[in-house]
Amino acid sequence: MKFIDEYQDSKLAKGLAGRIAGRSTKPVRLMEFCGGHTHAILRYGIRQLVPKTVEMRSGPGCPVCVTATADLDKSIALAHLPEVIITTFGDMMRVPGSYSSLQQAKAEGADIRIVYSTTDAVEIAKANPEKSVIFIGIGFETTAPTIAASIIKAQQEKIENFQVLSLNKLTPPVMKALLGLGEVKLDGIICPGHVSVIIGSYPYKFIPQNYGVACVISGFEPLDILLCIDKLVEQFENGQPRVEIAYLRGVKPEGNRKALQLMEEVFETGEANWRGIGIVPQSGLKIKRKYECFDAEKAFSGLLRFARNDKPVREPKECRCGDVIRGAATPLECKLFRRVCTPESPVGPCMVSSEGACAAYYQFCG
Amino acid sequence: MCLAIPVKVVSIEGNEAEAEIAGVKRRVSIVLTPEVKLGDYVLLHTGYAIGVVDEAEAEETLKLLEEIVSLSEVH
Ligand code: SF4
Repeated sequence: MKFIDEYQDSKLAKGLAGRIAGRSTKPVRLMEFCGGHTHAILRYGIRQLVPKTVEMRSGPGCPVCVTATADLDKSIALAHLPEVIITTFGDMMRVPGSYSSLQQAKAEGADIRIVYSTTDAVEIAKANPEKSVIFIGIGFETTAPTIAASIIKAQQEKIENFQVLSLNKLTPPVMKALLGLGEVKLDGIICPGHVSVIIGSYPYKFIPQNYGVACVISGFEPLDILLCIDKLVEQFENGQPRVEIAYLRGVKPEGNRKALQLMEEVFETGEANWRGIGIVPQSGLKIKRKYECFDAEKAFSGLLRFARNDKPVREPKECRCGDVIRGAATPLECKLFRRVCTPESPVGPCMVSSEGACAAYYQFCG
Repeated sequence: MCLAIPVKVVSIEGNEAEAEIAGVKRRVSIVLTPEVKLGDYVLLHTGYAIGVVDEAEAEETLKLLEEIVSLSEVH
Protein backbone atom coordinates (compact mmCIF):
# COMPACT_ATOMS: atom_id res chain seq x y z
CA MET A 1 0.00 0.00 0.00
CA LYS A 2 1.17 3.50 -0.81
CA PHE A 3 2.83 5.38 2.06
CA ILE A 4 3.35 2.07 3.86
CA ASP A 5 5.43 -0.27 1.69
CA GLU A 6 8.09 2.33 0.87
CA TYR A 7 8.79 2.74 4.57
CA GLN A 8 9.45 -0.95 5.11
CA ASP A 9 12.49 -1.37 2.86
CA SER A 10 14.94 -3.67 4.62
CA LYS A 11 18.06 -2.37 2.86
CA LEU A 12 17.30 1.18 3.97
CA ALA A 13 16.50 -0.12 7.45
CA LYS A 14 19.91 -1.75 7.72
CA GLY A 15 21.58 1.41 6.47
CA LEU A 16 19.79 3.51 9.07
CA ALA A 17 20.63 1.05 11.81
CA GLY A 18 24.26 1.35 10.76
CA ARG A 19 24.09 5.11 11.02
CA ILE A 20 22.58 4.88 14.52
CA ALA A 21 25.34 2.48 15.56
CA GLY A 22 27.93 4.92 14.22
CA ARG A 23 26.49 7.77 16.29
CA SER A 24 25.75 6.08 19.54
CA THR A 25 28.74 6.22 21.87
CA LYS A 26 27.08 5.85 25.31
CA PRO A 27 24.04 4.14 26.79
CA VAL A 28 20.76 5.88 26.00
CA ARG A 29 17.31 4.93 27.25
CA LEU A 30 14.31 5.65 25.04
CA MET A 31 10.64 5.13 25.69
CA GLU A 32 8.08 4.58 23.00
CA PHE A 33 4.94 6.14 24.39
CA CYS A 34 2.51 4.55 21.98
CA GLY A 35 1.32 0.95 22.01
CA GLY A 36 1.25 1.04 18.22
CA HIS A 37 4.98 1.75 18.28
CA THR A 38 5.61 -1.05 20.79
CA HIS A 39 3.87 -3.43 18.46
CA ALA A 40 5.82 -2.25 15.37
CA ILE A 41 9.16 -2.26 17.22
CA LEU A 42 8.72 -5.88 18.30
CA ARG A 43 7.16 -7.01 15.04
CA TYR A 44 9.99 -5.68 12.89
CA GLY A 45 12.71 -6.67 15.34
CA ILE A 46 13.89 -3.09 15.73
CA ARG A 47 15.40 -3.78 19.14
CA GLN A 48 17.72 -6.30 17.50
CA LEU A 49 18.59 -3.87 14.71
CA VAL A 50 19.70 -0.98 16.92
CA PRO A 51 23.06 -1.07 18.74
CA LYS A 52 23.32 -2.41 22.30
CA THR A 53 23.78 1.12 23.64
CA VAL A 54 20.14 1.87 22.82
CA GLU A 55 17.74 0.58 25.47
CA MET A 56 14.06 0.70 24.71
CA ARG A 57 11.12 0.77 27.12
CA SER A 58 7.42 0.63 26.44
CA GLY A 59 5.18 3.34 27.83
CA PRO A 60 1.56 4.03 28.73
CA GLY A 61 0.20 4.64 25.24
CA CYS A 62 -2.39 1.88 25.07
CA PRO A 63 -5.83 3.35 25.84
CA VAL A 64 -7.38 0.02 26.81
CA CYS A 65 -4.45 -0.80 29.13
CA VAL A 66 -4.50 2.50 31.01
CA THR A 67 -8.24 2.38 31.65
CA ALA A 68 -8.53 2.01 35.43
CA THR A 69 -10.31 -1.01 36.87
CA ALA A 70 -12.77 1.34 38.59
CA ASP A 71 -13.75 2.76 35.20
CA LEU A 72 -14.15 -0.72 33.75
CA ASP A 73 -16.42 -1.58 36.67
CA LYS A 74 -18.46 1.51 35.87
CA SER A 75 -18.82 0.47 32.22
CA ILE A 76 -19.91 -3.00 33.26
CA ALA A 77 -22.42 -1.57 35.75
CA LEU A 78 -23.85 0.63 32.99
CA ALA A 79 -24.21 -2.43 30.77
CA HIS A 80 -26.45 -4.10 33.36
CA LEU A 81 -28.87 -1.17 33.56
CA PRO A 82 -32.24 -1.84 31.95
CA GLU A 83 -33.01 -0.35 28.53
CA VAL A 84 -29.35 0.33 27.82
CA ILE A 85 -27.24 -0.62 24.82
CA ILE A 86 -23.49 -0.35 25.32
CA THR A 87 -21.37 0.39 22.27
CA THR A 88 -17.62 -0.03 22.48
CA PHE A 89 -14.43 -0.65 20.57
CA GLY A 90 -13.78 -4.39 20.50
CA ASP A 91 -10.61 -4.43 22.56
CA MET A 92 -12.55 -3.42 25.67
CA MET A 93 -14.73 -6.55 25.72
CA ARG A 94 -12.33 -8.97 27.33
CA VAL A 95 -10.59 -6.65 29.77
CA PRO A 96 -11.25 -7.96 33.25
CA GLY A 97 -12.84 -5.57 35.73
CA SER A 98 -12.97 -6.32 39.47
CA TYR A 99 -15.64 -8.98 39.19
CA SER A 100 -16.62 -9.28 35.55
CA SER A 101 -15.93 -8.01 32.04
CA LEU A 102 -18.09 -6.53 29.32
CA GLN A 103 -17.88 -9.89 27.58
CA GLN A 104 -19.22 -11.64 30.66
CA ALA A 105 -21.94 -9.02 31.05
CA LYS A 106 -22.96 -9.73 27.45
CA ALA A 107 -23.08 -13.45 28.16
CA GLU A 108 -25.33 -12.62 31.09
CA GLY A 109 -27.73 -10.85 28.77
CA ALA A 110 -26.55 -7.25 28.61
CA ASP A 111 -26.90 -5.64 25.18
CA ILE A 112 -23.32 -4.78 24.23
CA ARG A 113 -22.29 -4.10 20.65
CA ILE A 114 -18.84 -3.72 19.21
CA VAL A 115 -18.49 -0.77 16.88
CA TYR A 116 -15.71 0.30 14.57
CA SER A 117 -16.55 3.99 14.73
CA THR A 118 -18.51 6.45 16.86
CA THR A 119 -20.67 7.04 13.80
CA ASP A 120 -21.87 3.41 14.15
CA ALA A 121 -22.82 4.11 17.77
CA VAL A 122 -24.86 7.15 16.71
CA GLU A 123 -26.61 5.04 14.05
CA ILE A 124 -27.49 2.43 16.68
CA ALA A 125 -28.98 5.21 18.84
CA LYS A 126 -31.07 6.40 15.88
CA ALA A 127 -32.34 2.90 15.23
CA ASN A 128 -33.23 2.28 18.89
CA PRO A 129 -34.98 5.43 20.11
CA GLU A 130 -36.55 3.62 23.07
CA LYS A 131 -33.14 2.65 24.51
CA SER A 132 -30.20 4.61 25.84
CA VAL A 133 -27.15 3.96 23.71
CA ILE A 134 -23.94 4.54 25.63
CA PHE A 135 -20.56 4.70 23.92
CA ILE A 136 -17.58 3.78 26.11
CA GLY A 137 -15.25 6.61 25.14
CA ILE A 138 -11.67 5.50 25.49
CA GLY A 139 -8.65 6.74 23.60
CA PHE A 140 -6.16 9.56 23.39
CA GLU A 141 -6.17 12.74 21.34
CA THR A 142 -6.35 10.66 18.14
CA THR A 143 -9.80 9.40 19.03
CA ALA A 144 -11.20 12.26 21.14
CA PRO A 145 -12.07 14.48 18.14
CA THR A 146 -14.09 11.64 16.60
CA ILE A 147 -16.05 11.34 19.84
CA ALA A 148 -16.54 15.11 19.95
CA ALA A 149 -17.80 14.96 16.36
CA SER A 150 -20.31 12.25 17.28
CA ILE A 151 -21.67 14.30 20.18
CA ILE A 152 -22.06 17.34 17.96
CA LYS A 153 -23.80 15.21 15.35
CA ALA A 154 -26.15 13.80 17.99
CA GLN A 155 -26.98 17.32 19.11
CA GLN A 156 -27.58 18.61 15.59
CA GLU A 157 -29.80 15.67 14.76
CA LYS A 158 -31.49 15.75 18.18
CA ILE A 159 -30.56 12.17 18.99
CA GLU A 160 -31.20 12.43 22.70
CA ASN A 161 -30.69 8.77 23.56
CA PHE A 162 -26.96 8.84 22.75
CA GLN A 163 -24.54 9.17 25.64
CA VAL A 164 -20.79 8.89 26.05
CA LEU A 165 -18.91 7.66 29.08
CA SER A 166 -15.85 9.83 28.59
CA LEU A 167 -12.73 8.02 29.74
CA ASN A 168 -10.63 9.87 27.16
CA LYS A 169 -7.11 10.74 28.17
CA LEU A 170 -4.44 13.23 27.19
CA THR A 171 -0.84 12.47 26.32
CA PRO A 172 1.33 15.43 27.40
CA PRO A 173 -0.07 15.55 30.97
CA VAL A 174 0.67 11.88 31.57
CA MET A 175 4.17 12.28 30.10
CA LYS A 176 4.65 15.04 32.64
CA ALA A 177 3.36 12.79 35.43
CA LEU A 178 5.72 9.96 34.41
CA LEU A 179 8.75 12.22 34.12
CA GLY A 180 7.79 13.80 37.44
CA LEU A 181 7.77 10.38 39.11
CA GLY A 182 11.37 9.93 38.01
CA GLU A 183 11.03 6.18 38.48
CA VAL A 184 12.53 5.34 35.10
CA LYS A 185 15.21 7.71 33.92
CA LEU A 186 14.64 8.52 30.26
CA ASP A 187 16.86 10.22 27.70
CA GLY A 188 14.40 10.35 24.85
CA ILE A 189 10.77 9.76 23.96
CA ILE A 190 9.44 8.33 20.71
CA CYS A 191 6.36 10.55 20.62
CA PRO A 192 3.08 9.14 19.27
CA GLY A 193 2.50 9.80 15.59
CA HIS A 194 -1.27 9.87 15.38
CA VAL A 195 -1.83 11.71 18.63
CA SER A 196 0.51 14.31 17.14
CA VAL A 197 -1.46 14.49 13.87
CA ILE A 198 -4.07 16.11 16.10
CA ILE A 199 -2.07 18.05 18.71
CA GLY A 200 1.03 18.90 16.66
CA SER A 201 4.51 19.22 18.13
CA TYR A 202 4.21 22.28 20.38
CA PRO A 203 2.58 20.58 23.40
CA TYR A 204 5.76 18.49 23.97
CA LYS A 205 8.03 21.53 24.31
CA PHE A 206 8.11 21.42 28.10
CA ILE A 207 9.74 17.97 27.98
CA PRO A 208 13.17 19.00 26.61
CA GLN A 209 12.89 22.35 28.37
CA ASN A 210 12.01 21.13 31.87
CA TYR A 211 13.32 17.58 31.89
CA GLY A 212 16.15 17.63 29.34
CA VAL A 213 14.57 14.72 27.51
CA ALA A 214 14.67 14.51 23.70
CA CYS A 215 11.32 14.21 21.87
CA VAL A 216 10.88 12.97 18.33
CA ILE A 217 7.48 12.29 16.78
CA SER A 218 7.45 9.07 14.76
CA GLY A 219 5.32 7.31 12.20
CA PHE A 220 4.61 3.59 12.49
CA GLU A 221 6.58 1.91 9.75
CA PRO A 222 10.02 0.48 10.54
CA LEU A 223 11.90 3.20 8.62
CA ASP A 224 9.90 5.89 10.44
CA ILE A 225 10.85 4.44 13.80
CA LEU A 226 14.52 4.01 12.88
CA LEU A 227 14.67 7.58 11.60
CA CYS A 228 13.13 8.70 14.89
CA ILE A 229 15.67 6.72 16.93
CA ASP A 230 18.48 8.17 14.80
CA LYS A 231 17.30 11.71 15.60
CA LEU A 232 16.86 10.92 19.30
CA VAL A 233 20.37 9.48 19.55
CA GLU A 234 21.75 12.48 17.65
CA GLN A 235 20.06 14.90 20.09
CA PHE A 236 21.24 12.89 23.07
CA GLU A 237 24.83 12.66 21.86
CA ASN A 238 24.90 16.41 21.15
CA GLY A 239 23.35 17.20 24.52
CA GLN A 240 20.72 19.29 22.77
CA PRO A 241 17.28 17.84 23.44
CA ARG A 242 14.38 19.38 21.56
CA VAL A 243 11.13 18.46 19.81
CA GLU A 244 11.46 17.16 16.26
CA ILE A 245 9.02 15.65 13.81
CA ALA A 246 10.21 12.52 12.00
CA TYR A 247 6.72 11.92 10.58
CA LEU A 248 6.40 14.96 8.36
CA ARG A 249 3.96 13.36 5.92
CA GLY A 250 1.40 13.18 8.74
CA VAL A 251 2.25 15.75 11.38
CA LYS A 252 2.26 19.54 11.21
CA PRO A 253 3.72 21.55 14.12
CA GLU A 254 0.32 23.13 14.75
CA GLY A 255 -1.61 19.86 14.51
CA ASN A 256 -5.11 19.55 13.09
CA ARG A 257 -6.84 22.83 13.94
CA LYS A 258 -10.32 21.64 13.03
CA ALA A 259 -10.03 18.56 15.24
CA LEU A 260 -8.66 20.60 18.14
CA GLN A 261 -11.51 23.05 17.75
CA LEU A 262 -14.12 20.26 17.95
CA MET A 263 -12.43 18.81 21.04
CA GLU A 264 -12.39 22.23 22.65
CA GLU A 265 -16.07 22.72 21.83
CA VAL A 266 -17.21 19.55 23.56
CA PHE A 267 -14.64 18.76 26.24
CA GLU A 268 -12.86 20.40 29.11
CA THR A 269 -9.91 18.93 30.94
CA GLY A 270 -10.24 17.28 34.31
CA GLU A 271 -8.46 14.62 36.29
CA ALA A 272 -8.31 11.06 35.00
CA ASN A 273 -7.57 7.76 36.67
CA TRP A 274 -4.74 5.82 34.97
CA ARG A 275 -3.96 2.21 35.67
CA GLY A 276 -0.57 1.96 37.31
CA ILE A 277 -0.23 5.70 37.69
CA GLY A 278 -3.35 6.84 39.53
CA ILE A 279 -5.12 10.17 39.33
CA VAL A 280 -3.34 12.59 37.02
CA PRO A 281 -4.64 16.17 37.06
CA GLN A 282 -5.74 17.73 33.76
CA SER A 283 -5.13 14.46 31.92
CA GLY A 284 -8.74 13.55 31.20
CA LEU A 285 -11.47 14.94 28.98
CA LYS A 286 -14.84 15.68 30.59
CA ILE A 287 -17.93 16.60 28.60
CA LYS A 288 -18.74 20.29 28.98
CA ARG A 289 -21.92 21.40 30.69
CA LYS A 290 -23.55 22.54 27.51
CA TYR A 291 -23.41 18.96 26.21
CA GLU A 292 -24.21 17.30 29.53
CA CYS A 293 -27.30 15.51 28.22
CA PHE A 294 -24.81 13.38 26.23
CA ASP A 295 -22.71 12.64 29.30
CA ALA A 296 -23.40 9.12 30.57
CA GLU A 297 -21.69 9.94 33.84
CA LYS A 298 -24.26 12.66 34.55
CA ALA A 299 -27.28 10.97 33.01
CA PHE A 300 -26.82 7.77 35.00
CA SER A 301 -25.05 8.94 38.14
CA GLY A 302 -27.86 7.93 40.53
CA LEU A 303 -28.55 4.60 38.88
CA LEU A 304 -24.85 3.85 38.67
CA ARG A 305 -24.30 4.21 42.38
CA PHE A 306 -27.20 1.85 42.96
CA ALA A 307 -26.04 -0.71 40.38
CA ARG A 308 -22.48 -0.86 41.62
CA ASN A 309 -23.55 -1.54 45.16
CA ASP A 310 -20.29 0.04 46.34
CA LYS A 311 -18.33 -3.14 45.90
CA PRO A 312 -14.61 -2.46 46.33
CA VAL A 313 -12.32 -2.30 43.30
CA ARG A 314 -10.11 -5.38 42.96
CA GLU A 315 -7.01 -5.43 40.81
CA PRO A 316 -5.91 -8.65 39.09
CA LYS A 317 -3.53 -10.39 41.52
CA GLU A 318 0.16 -10.46 40.61
CA CYS A 319 -0.50 -8.76 37.28
CA ARG A 320 2.21 -6.19 36.66
CA CYS A 321 0.39 -4.14 34.05
CA GLY A 322 0.83 -1.06 36.20
CA ASP A 323 4.63 -1.44 36.15
CA VAL A 324 4.59 -2.28 32.45
CA ILE A 325 2.56 0.86 31.70
CA ARG A 326 5.05 3.05 33.57
CA GLY A 327 7.97 1.42 31.76
CA ALA A 328 9.25 0.16 35.13
CA ALA A 329 9.07 -3.51 34.10
CA THR A 330 8.89 -5.46 30.87
CA PRO A 331 6.22 -8.14 30.44
CA LEU A 332 8.98 -10.76 30.73
CA GLU A 333 9.41 -9.73 34.36
CA CYS A 334 5.82 -10.71 35.17
CA LYS A 335 5.56 -14.14 36.77
CA LEU A 336 2.27 -14.83 35.03
CA PHE A 337 3.44 -13.95 31.53
CA ARG A 338 2.88 -16.83 29.10
CA ARG A 339 2.51 -19.36 31.95
CA VAL A 340 -0.80 -18.19 33.31
CA CYS A 341 -1.54 -15.09 31.28
CA THR A 342 -2.02 -15.56 27.53
CA PRO A 343 -4.10 -13.83 24.87
CA GLU A 344 -6.62 -16.70 25.20
CA SER A 345 -6.98 -16.21 28.95
CA PRO A 346 -5.62 -12.77 29.76
CA VAL A 347 -5.13 -11.71 33.37
CA GLY A 348 -4.58 -8.03 32.71
CA PRO A 349 -5.45 -5.54 29.98
CA CYS A 350 -1.89 -5.39 28.59
CA MET A 351 -2.44 -8.95 27.35
CA VAL A 352 -5.92 -8.25 25.98
CA SER A 353 -5.39 -5.20 23.87
CA SER A 354 -3.83 -5.61 20.45
CA GLU A 355 -1.61 -2.68 21.45
CA GLY A 356 -0.76 -3.92 24.90
CA ALA A 357 2.93 -4.54 25.60
CA CYS A 358 2.26 -8.02 27.00
CA ALA A 359 0.31 -9.05 23.89
CA ALA A 360 3.11 -7.73 21.66
CA TYR A 361 5.79 -9.58 23.67
CA TYR A 362 3.68 -12.73 23.59
CA GLN A 363 3.36 -12.57 19.85
CA PHE A 364 6.88 -11.57 18.89
CA CYS A 365 9.34 -12.47 21.68
CA GLY A 366 10.44 -16.09 21.81
CA MET B 1 -6.31 2.22 19.17
CA CYS B 2 -4.40 5.10 17.66
CA LEU B 3 -4.00 3.11 14.48
CA ALA B 4 -4.56 5.12 11.31
CA ILE B 5 -3.92 3.98 7.76
CA PRO B 6 -3.38 6.01 4.59
CA VAL B 7 -6.29 5.62 2.18
CA LYS B 8 -7.08 7.34 -1.10
CA VAL B 9 -10.15 9.55 -1.34
CA VAL B 10 -12.11 8.71 -4.50
CA SER B 11 -15.28 10.75 -4.01
CA ILE B 12 -16.50 13.52 -1.72
CA GLU B 13 -20.02 14.48 -0.77
CA GLY B 14 -20.49 17.04 1.98
CA ASN B 15 -18.92 15.79 5.20
CA GLU B 16 -18.42 12.33 3.81
CA ALA B 17 -15.99 10.79 1.42
CA GLU B 18 -15.45 7.43 -0.14
CA ALA B 19 -11.99 6.01 0.23
CA GLU B 20 -10.38 3.04 -1.39
CA ILE B 21 -8.63 0.49 0.78
CA ALA B 22 -6.98 -2.35 -1.11
CA GLY B 23 -9.61 -2.14 -3.83
CA VAL B 24 -12.54 -1.94 -1.39
CA LYS B 25 -14.54 1.27 -1.06
CA ARG B 26 -15.44 2.57 2.35
CA ARG B 27 -17.29 5.58 3.75
CA VAL B 28 -15.14 8.00 5.67
CA SER B 29 -16.17 11.05 7.65
CA ILE B 30 -14.19 14.13 6.69
CA VAL B 31 -15.55 16.49 9.37
CA LEU B 32 -12.06 16.66 10.85
CA THR B 33 -10.37 17.32 7.49
CA PRO B 34 -12.59 19.72 5.52
CA GLU B 35 -9.58 20.68 3.38
CA VAL B 36 -9.37 17.23 1.75
CA LYS B 37 -9.42 17.05 -2.06
CA LEU B 38 -10.23 14.30 -4.49
CA GLY B 39 -7.24 11.99 -4.94
CA ASP B 40 -5.68 12.96 -1.60
CA TYR B 41 -4.56 10.29 0.79
CA VAL B 42 -5.97 10.66 4.29
CA LEU B 43 -5.09 8.96 7.56
CA LEU B 44 -8.14 6.90 8.41
CA HIS B 45 -8.84 6.30 12.10
CA THR B 46 -12.08 4.63 13.30
CA GLY B 47 -14.06 5.85 10.30
CA TYR B 48 -12.71 9.41 10.34
CA ALA B 49 -10.02 11.06 8.25
CA ILE B 50 -7.85 12.64 10.95
CA GLY B 51 -5.29 14.21 8.63
CA VAL B 52 -4.31 14.58 5.00
CA VAL B 53 -1.05 12.89 3.99
CA ASP B 54 1.48 15.44 2.76
CA GLU B 55 2.79 13.73 -0.38
CA ALA B 56 5.65 16.18 -0.91
CA GLU B 57 6.91 15.53 2.61
CA ALA B 58 6.50 11.81 2.11
CA GLU B 59 8.81 11.93 -0.90
CA GLU B 60 11.20 14.25 0.85
CA THR B 61 11.54 11.77 3.73
CA LEU B 62 12.18 8.90 1.32
CA LYS B 63 14.83 10.91 -0.49
CA LEU B 64 16.44 11.77 2.81
CA LEU B 65 16.45 8.12 3.83
CA GLU B 66 18.07 7.07 0.59
CA GLU B 67 20.68 9.79 0.95
CA ILE B 68 21.50 8.78 4.50
CA VAL B 69 21.94 5.19 3.48
CA SER B 70 24.01 5.87 0.38
CA LEU B 71 26.26 8.14 2.45
CA SER B 72 26.77 5.49 5.09
CA GLU B 73 27.64 2.98 2.36
CA VAL B 74 30.46 5.19 1.09
CA HIS B 75 32.12 5.19 4.52
S1 SF4 C 1 1.63 -10.77 31.47
FE1 SF4 C 1 -0.54 -10.68 32.04
S2 SF4 C 1 -0.55 -10.65 34.25
FE2 SF4 C 1 1.52 -10.10 33.60
S3 SF4 C 1 1.54 -7.87 33.48
FE3 SF4 C 1 1.00 -8.63 31.45
S4 SF4 C 1 -1.25 -8.66 31.45
FE4 SF4 C 1 -0.62 -8.52 33.60
